[in-house]
Amino acid sequence: MNRGARVIPRPQKTWLLALPVLAILLWSVVYPNAAVIAGSFENGLGHWREFAASRSEREALTTTLIISFASVVASLLIGVPLAFLLGRFEFPGRRILRAVATLPAALPPLVGVIAFLFLYGESGLVTRGIQRSLGLLEAPWRLTGVWAIIFVHAYTMYVYVFLFVSAGLERFDTTLEEAAAGLGASSWQRLRRVTLPLLMPAIAGSMLLVFMTALGSFSAPYVFGGGIRVLSTQIVASKINGELGLAYVETTVLAISAVAGLALFRWLERKRKYTSAGKGSATRRVIQSRRAKVMALTLAVITVLILVLPHLMVVLVSFARDGTWTTQVIPPEYTLENYRRLFSEPQLWRPIANSVSMALIATAANVVVCFVAAYLIVLREFSGRRLLEILVALPWAIPATAIALGLAATFNQNDLATARLLIVGTFWILPLAYFIRDIPLVATAVEGSLRQMDPSLEDAARGLGASWWLTMRRVVLPAARPGLVAGALLAAVTAVGEFVASVVLYTHANRPISIEILAQLRALAFGTAAAYSVLLILLVLVMTLTARTLEERIA
Amino acid sequence: MTAGALALEGVTRRFGDHTAVDDVSLDIAAGELLALIGASGSGKTTTLRIVAGYEVPDAGRVVLDGRDITALPPQKRGFGMVFQHYALFPHMPVEDNVAFGLEARGIPKAKRLDRARKALESVGLGSAGKRGIQSLSGGEQQRVALARALVIEPQVLLLDEPLSNLDPTLRQTTRDDLRAMLHRVGVSALFVTHDQEDAFAIADRIAVIRRGKLLQVGTPEELYDRPASLGVARFIGRSTILPAEPVTGGEGRAAVTIGGIKREFSVMRPPSAKSTSRELRVVLRPDALDLLPVGADGAWTGEVATRRFAGGNAVYRVKMADNIMMEVESRAMSVREGEKVGVGVSREPLPVVEAEAE
Repeated sequence: MNRGARVIPRPQKTWLLALPVLAILLWSVVYPNAAVIAGSFENGLGHWREFAASRSEREALTTTLIISFASVVASLLIGVPLAFLLGRFEFPGRRILRAVATLPAALPPLVGVIAFLFLYGESGLVTRGIQRSLGLLEAPWRLTGVWAIIFVHAYTMYVYVFLFVSAGLERFDTTLEEAAAGLGASSWQRLRRVTLPLLMPAIAGSMLLVFMTALGSFSAPYVFGGGIRVLSTQIVASKINGELGLAYVETTVLAISAVAGLALFRWLERKRKYTSAGKGSATRRVIQSRRAKVMALTLAVITVLILVLPHLMVVLVSFARDGTWTTQVIPPEYTLENYRRLFSEPQLWRPIANSVSMALIATAANVVVCFVAAYLIVLREFSGRRLLEILVALPWAIPATAIALGLAATFNQNDLATARLLIVGTFWILPLAYFIRDIPLVATAVEGSLRQMDPSLEDAARGLGASWWLTMRRVVLPAARPGLVAGALLAAVTAVGEFVASVVLYTHANRPISIEILAQLRALAFGTAAAYSVLLILLVLVMTLTARTLEERIA
Repeated sequence: MTAGALALEGVTRRFGDHTAVDDVSLDIAAGELLALIGASGSGKTTTLRIVAGYEVPDAGRVVLDGRDITALPPQKRGFGMVFQHYALFPHMPVEDNVAFGLEARGIPKAKRLDRARKALESVGLGSAGKRGIQSLSGGEQQRVALARALVIEPQVLLLDEPLSNLDPTLRQTTRDDLRAMLHRVGVSALFVTHDQEDAFAIADRIAVIRRGKLLQVGTPEELYDRPASLGVARFIGRSTILPAEPVTGGEGRAAVTIGGIKREFSVMRPPSAKSTSRELRVVLRPDALDLLPVGADGAWTGEVATRRFAGGNAVYRVKMADNIMMEVESRAMSVREGEKVGVGVSREPLPVVEAEAE
């Protein structure tokens, strides 16, 4: 009955845990971003005037917003129908379609982009194939500009919508629809008045995720931009040009857009918040008519093909001899040389070792800090709790480019008085950036697990005489474990393929795989770039499987 | 197992400007089973949590065998506690759950598992040690929680609504089993409940709490027959409560008027009631009333509204004059709804209490 009001007799102990975590978060998350905002005002409103006066800057802002909203719409148009189709209907090919529907999310951002380049770029396989078969003189399309970016975004980001809506449908209490039907509502009325409103929180949540990802997206505009400007690429350009003040303004504008988006979609989510008592039941309608069956199967096959093609393409190109694929539809020469070189040439091996070790370091830090933070947020009642909650969620609202620029601006000198350390230009800057980016991911996962725990378990353990440490080890940690494993896995996967923050902060010594892929691409060494990409996909796969077996063995 | 004597002395706990527990003093003798009973939000669970050590009172002391333990953290008190939803560790098998308190005391594995098995045997679950918590029924979970609390040989056992999650049939038998078991173990126990049937069946004494204040402590009979206040009279048992006027010259007597017909009865005032100047209420229990023929000596007249069969007797709700509804328990079984009947007092003295401002 008083499960909410938990007052702990020893607040000192809570603060003993909370203070270091708060200090780390304030120092690594808040401080750099505050420095960026302060930097944008370093000569009063000078940099802001510069930004406002420049046509290209204003254009970058509008283009960024247009792309972000269009990505949301495109992801909805793919994700929602697909979730309904797979969640509500039984048809030939459903299982395989379900299995590959989330595949795009398994591609590290840059890898997805280059796969699209190999497929649909001017000299891509599909483009050339169509050009040849129709006997055209020129490529039927050019994969550049706003449309290209939205196309790539839709492919990678619809997965969020699909997953959120699928989960919503799974929890959905279908008796509500049956009740509506019993009251005489047509299927369209049921969808519009019952089903969609109840799914709104899930839809809004996924829209927010797509919006934030699209807003901070860097790889697609960077590779396919073709002269158009968006904020994330402008920031990097300004930094390279030495116009730091302007870069600070651009970063602040990007962050403000992110926060505005966050507020907008959260409002949408809150407006429609229901607690459903439904258990949900997964009854799928079997498609009966022969024609519909054939149509569904054809559609499923085409969709599966579109979804799997990028992966297959990257694998194919990874065996192509560098420099041989020029005007042919498919690469003409195949070799194992690319892979052999990755493992034998120190220069090529280095990025792999870098990425793996930096991802592990960042993930280890995430696990410790986020576990303590989640523990404090879920199971302790203290005055700093709300602040901690905000700090933990903050990196999520800040685009990666902004985080990277903040770090570059702050940790570029040793100065104890202002708590600055010289980390920029060292190996440690990238693990730090990865750590910050993944804080919300790991913390949310652990919080989720801890919230499922009955809080009186901790009381029960203490009442039975267990020390704080024994309670932690035998009760709280086992309860947090599923979230810890899942969160750590996600963090490691994101970190190992990270590109956006890396491109701002890397040095030659700690260059990660993503940066090396870009370098190989620039050198037209498509085979090597693709081999790296395949390796990245394999790394993600291995980590996922390891985490899963680990979890099964313990459980 | 040595039972401890527990005392609360002027315990107060505030949450903001809400006083959840207000100056509560209470003694539990060694080996006594005491029920703390109150409606939800009355402060009973907060009181229990203060005794357990999960809450620290803003004022007052918790004393065990003469020793002040107010500031002692829960893990140092050595009390056993059965939580409302049992709080069994879902990731441990039954025996690890029961042995956990022994693990916390550094007892070697073989020995603690042995003791856990014995504890499980004592609650009739001797073979359930390897089972998972999720595979247990509600009643089994309750018994595992009890075994876990008792295996550490606590001086005091605390139970938070121990029966509220059981279905009605199971609840009946568990009440009796629980009382027998606690007496056999010889532990002092404090348990909170909102259900007076639970309290009557298990406890030696019952403390009634309302809005954070302790209203009365006594045996079930005392609370039923001699409620100290209107609050207790209303909370414990069923009753019809009517205004009563003191009879001048007749100490220990009072008059009750229904529909203009005044009758005099011998009454019993609670010892706490001092002056005669305050308004009085008489507490008419269903079993202190009876159905009589219409016009019988000393009876008021009414009409039977509903009738409920209750084994050897029947409970009638009778609509009287002045819109008064009286509940009457009678061995007269043949009276039907809609019949005119007489209602009279069959047992005196009647308890009276002081009226309270609502």
